[in-house]
Amino acid sequence: MAERRVKVASPVGLHARPAALFVQAAARVPADVGIARPDGDPVNAKSILEVLGLDVRQNEEIRIIVGEREDVDADVVLNELEELVAESEGA
Amino acid sequence: MPDGIPGPSGSAAGEPAAGAAGAGDAGLRGIGVSPGVGFGPVRAIVGAVPEPPVKRHDGDADQARKTAVSALDAVARDLEGRGAMAASAGRAEARDVLEAQAMMARDPGLTELLSVKIDEGLSAPRAVFEAFAFYREVLGGAGEYVAGRVADLDDVRDRAVARLLGMPMPGLPVSDEPFVLVARDLAPADTALLDPSQVVAFVTEEGGPTSHTAILARAMGVPAVVACPGSASLPDATMVLVDGTSGDVRLDPAEDDLALARAVAARNRAVLPASGPGATRDGHAVPLLANIGVLADVDAAVAAGAEGVGLFRTEFLFLDRSIEPGGDEQEAVYRRVLQAFPERQVVVRVLDAGADKPLGFLPPPGEEPNPALGERGVRMLRRHPALLAGQLGALARAAADTTAILRVMAPMVTDVDDARFFAEACGEAGIESPGVMIEVPAAALRARDLAGEVEFFSIGTNDLAQYACAADRQVGRLARLQDPWQPALLDLVALAADAAQEAGKHCGVCGEAAGDPVLACVLTGLGVTSLSMSAPSLPLVRAALARHSLEECRTAAAAARSAASATAARAAAQSVLTSMTKP
Repeated sequence: MAERRVKVASPVGLHARPAALFVQAAARVPADVGIARPDGDPVNAKSILEVLGLDVRQNEEIRIIVGEREDVDADVVLNELEELVAESEGA
Repeated sequence: MPDGIPGPSGSAAGEPAAGAAGAGDAGLRGIGVSPGVGFGPVRAIVGAVPEPPVKRHDGDADQARKTAVSALDAVARDLEGRGAMAASAGRAEARDVLEAQAMMARDPGLTELLSVKIDEGLSAPRAVFEAFAFYREVLGGAGEYVAGRVADLDDVRDRAVARLLGMPMPGLPVSDEPFVLVARDLAPADTALLDPSQVVAFVTEEGGPTSHTAILARAMGVPAVVACPGSASLPDATMVLVDGTSGDVRLDPAEDDLALARAVAARNRAVLPASGPGATRDGHAVPLLANIGVLADVDAAVAAGAEGVGLFRTEFLFLDRSIEPGGDEQEAVYRRVLQAFPERQVVVRVLDAGADKPLGFLPPPGEEPNPALGERGVRMLRRHPALLAGQLGALARAAADTTAILRVMAPMVTDVDDARFFAEACGEAGIESPGVMIEVPAAALRARDLAGEVEFFSIGTNDLAQYACAADRQVGRLARLQDPWQPALLDLVALAADAAQEAGKHCGVCGEAAGDPVLACVLTGLGVTSLSMSAPSLPLVRAALARHSLEECRTAAAAARSAASATAARAAAQSVLTSMTKP
C-alpha cells in the first residue's frame, strides 16, 4: 500500500470537472484507490459520489492511497493522480 | 374560462377567438407572453417520478441485481449521448453536467450499496431508490458546492426508477412531429437540449411574464402562454391552438377558427415593416434596441434591424466559471459585440450576480434567506471592486478601436451612493457614459437625485415589478402582481422618465415589457426614449409605433395610469390605440 499527501490546487477544490477527471483517472487503475482527509477514513476514489461527499476545497490537503497489486506501480499512479489535483488548471 | 372578463388580450396580432367562442368550444386562458399563433399536438414534459413502494423481489436476487445495473447502465449511456450532443453544440457546461451525471449512474459505491439492498430482499426499483437516498444524504450534508449536485443526482435517480417501473422518462418529450410543449413550468435545465424547430408553442400552468419560459419563447420567436390553469393536465396529443397574444388556448379548434387564426397571423407578419428606425407615425424617434445574452443573439439582433443594443447581459462570461475570466478574453467578446454595431449605441450591463447566481471564483456569499433582497448587482460589485475594474477596463479597451458608442450601466442601484460609486469606477476606467438600471423602487422614486450622477437610465421592468409589488419573479402563482401593466409600475416608470427628461438625459426600458407592442406605445407616451427587447419582438413593436402618433401614445399612457388595475390599464390603453385591435 502506498500513500501520498497532496494539496488541492484547483480553485473549485475537488468538485465539478476536476473531481470528474480525478475519479476517471482513479477508475482506470486496476488496484484499489482511496482518498481521505488527513485525519479521516479513506473513501473509494473511483466513486464520484464518495469524492464529492468529501467536499474538498482549494488548498486543503488530501491523502491518496493506492492498494497493493502486482501489475500496478503505485508510484506511477500516485504521480498521475497528484498531477491532476496539484495543478491549478484541472478544468 | 370565464368569458366576459377582459383578460390581458388583444394587441397587434389580433385575437383569433374574436369573441365568437361558441358553446362546445373548449379552451383555457392564460397570459400571452410571446406573440403569434401556434397549432399542434400537446406534448407534456413528464413531471415527477413517484417513489417506488417498499416491495421485495421474487427471490431471484441475481436477476434483480442484473435488472437494476442494466437500467443504470442504460441511463448512463443516454446521458453520455446527450453530453456528446451538448459538446458538439459547443455547450461545454452542459456536457460537464451530463458527463458527471453519467458517472453517478455508474458509480461503484452506488452499485455496491444497491446490491446489498437487493441481497436483503428489496425489489430492484426500491433498492435503486434507497441507494440514491443514501448518497443524497451524503451530498446534501456536504458544503454548498455539493448541495447543488443533489438535483443532478435526483435526476439520475428518476431516470433509473422510471426505466425500472416502465414509466416515461422525465424531461423533454420525444416526438417526430412539431408539438406544443406543455409543462407546469420550465427551468433552464429542461430546455437546454430543446430543438427549436420542434416546438410550435409553449403553454405552462405556472410562470409569469418574466419567467424563463416567457423569455425563452420570445428569444426563439415562438408563441407562448403562461399562468394557464388546467394546461398541465391536458392529455398528450390533444390538438391545441395557442394564441400567444391573447393568451387563449383552444382545444380541438374548428377548421374555421384555425383558418382565421392563421390568416390573422399571416396578415400581421405581412404588414410588418422589415426594418428602419423606430418612430411614431409623426416621426418622434424611439430607437429600438436588442437585448443580448449570448454572442448568438448578436446576429439575430442585426437581422431584426436593431438600432443597437439596449441590454448586453454579461453574466454568461462569468457564471459556471471556476476562475475569473481574464481581461483579454472579456475584451475579445466585448469587441465582437461592439463591432457588430458600428456608430450605434451598445449598452452593457456589468456583471449582475449575487446569492442566487453565485460565482465559482469568489468566496461563497454569506447566507441570504432572500437573495432577491440581498447583496446582488452593484451591491456585490462594491465588495469586489477589482472584479468591476477588470470588466470596465476590458470594455474600455474593446471600445477604443471600434466606432460603437459604448454605454455602461450598473444593476441594482438603489441610491446616490451606489450611482456615484459606479460613475467613479467608470471614470477611472475611462468610460464616459455611465448609467444606472432603475429596478429598485427607491431609485425610481428618487430618480431626480440619480440623474445628477450619471448619463442615462435604463428601466428594468421585470425587477422593478418584482420589487414594487413585492412579488417574487420565480413564483408563478404571483404572476398577476408581476404584470408590467400594474399602474404602480407605470407610475414609477413615469417618475424615472420625467426625472431624466428634466436633466436632459436618456431613459430607456430594457425589460420584457418593451417587447409588448401596446405597452411599448404606452412607455413611449410616458417619456421613455428608447426600447430594448429580444430581437424577435422588434418587428411587432416597430409596426405598433409606426401606426400611432406621439400624442396618441401620451393619451394612452395617461389613460393607463388613470386605471385602477393592470387589466383595466391595458384595456384603457387599447381603447386609445384603436388601430391595434382593428383589422
